[in-house]
Amino acid sequence: MHTTRAKRVEIIIEAPMESRLTNVLDRSGVTGYTVLPVLGGSGQSGRWTREGQVSSAGGMVAIVCILRTERLDAMLDAVFDVVERHIGVVSITDCDVVRAERF
Amino acid sequence: MDTVLTLAADNLLSPLILFFALGVLAALARSDLTIPEAAAKTLSLYLLFAIGFKGGVSVSGHGVDGDLVASMLAGTVLSFSLPFVAFAMLRVTTGLSVVDAAAVAGHYGSISIVTFVAATSVLESAGIASEGYLVAVAAIMEAPAILSALWIAARFSADTGNPVDARDRQGLLREILLNGSIVLLIGSFLIGYITGEDGLVEIESFVVSPFKGVLCLFLLDMGLVAGRGLRSSAKHLRPGLIGFGLLMPVVGAGAGLLGASLVGLSVGGTLLLMTLSASASYIAVPAAMRVALPEANPSIYLTMSLGITFPFNLTVGIPLYLSVARAVGG
Repeated sequence: MHTTRAKRVEIIIEAPMESRLTNVLDRSGVTGYTVLPVLGGSGQSGRWTREGQVSSAGGMVAIVCILRTERLDAMLDAVFDVVERHIGVVSITDCDVVRAERF
Repeated sequence: MDTVLTLAADNLLSPLILFFALGVLAALARSDLTIPEAAAKTLSLYLLFAIGFKGGVSVSGHGVDGDLVASMLAGTVLSFSLPFVAFAMLRVTTGLSVVDAAAVAGHYGSISIVTFVAATSVLESAGIASEGYLVAVAAIMEAPAILSALWIAARFSADTGNPVDARDRQGLLREILLNGSIVLLIGSFLIGYITGEDGLVEIESFVVSPFKGVLCLFLLDMGLVAGRGLRSSAKHLRPGLIGFGLLMPVVGAGAGLLGASLVGLSVGGTLLLMTLSASASYIAVPAAMRVALPEANPSIYLTMSLGITFPFNLTVGIPLYLSVARAVGG
């Protein structure tokens, strides 16, 4: 099967920032993304779990976005304005996709 | 003094407090007891729905008058001003940075609706009436403190990074004012007001009888969350911060008492306004602070409001405020 090289960007960010980030993604021209709940983890602030939060606003979400390599820099510039001051992780990995026209 | 101690002892042995204590102890003992997230959310929605509806029914019986407007004004002034008092106390008594102190101060100007619900439950048990419209005052007191905290941070700190721009601030305000809890609380209040006693009779078996049982279950969950927070963030709790977490509610209650006296609230209403002023937010304000002041450490403000001030108000504060309200209001 024919596949095309693309970039997979995963952003883990505080739940209250989700809509701000997805708004930026919408405006930056990405063709789609997936929002996933995060159950818990550990980082600079120590361990945490979603069950230990008094509301969902205390949790984190993961946003996964796959896009063509040439769109990556513009998308990261837009995303950085939102995530710069916040707790979270932005990672980029290479991936292969079928149906490249969707990205 | 005897009255305070008797009230406190009765309060400590009430199912509400004992379930909260069970949650704290279970969390500290690392039990796997949990209330599923969706269930906890449902319990919280039920409490908002019931307290809002009953408040609206109460107002429909007594009618809307100038006291409602005066109470809402008093609540707004309290919520705007208490963060300034809290910020000054924090800067004098603790070594918190300006940003952390501003974020904590914002929590203490806003309110905890669960503490308010617990106070109404104490009033019901004691057979003391209160002004139903204080539910609306509770809703209006959520947001002003956030604006005060952001202003304090912007005014006194040079290290808040990029300030929240006007569009972001507008979006943040919209999120606060239209957050689900406030919409349900005010919406239920209005429906209770419109339908009145007849509406209450129709759904009484749902909003009145199960109320305390649901509150117990919700407080069990709050105890679990508070216990987990204390376990994981105990290292942030320096003596100065613990002292502030215990003193600030009393200061806030004093300001609430002054406001209630000026408005002329009943003993029950005075207790509720004191409780609102004494309580600290742990839902609306933390979310707003994560958006607007991400440099502030959430472990500090959440542990203080939920791990120290909330249990203090629940166990000692409410009986103390009731005694004072009774002494002042006769």
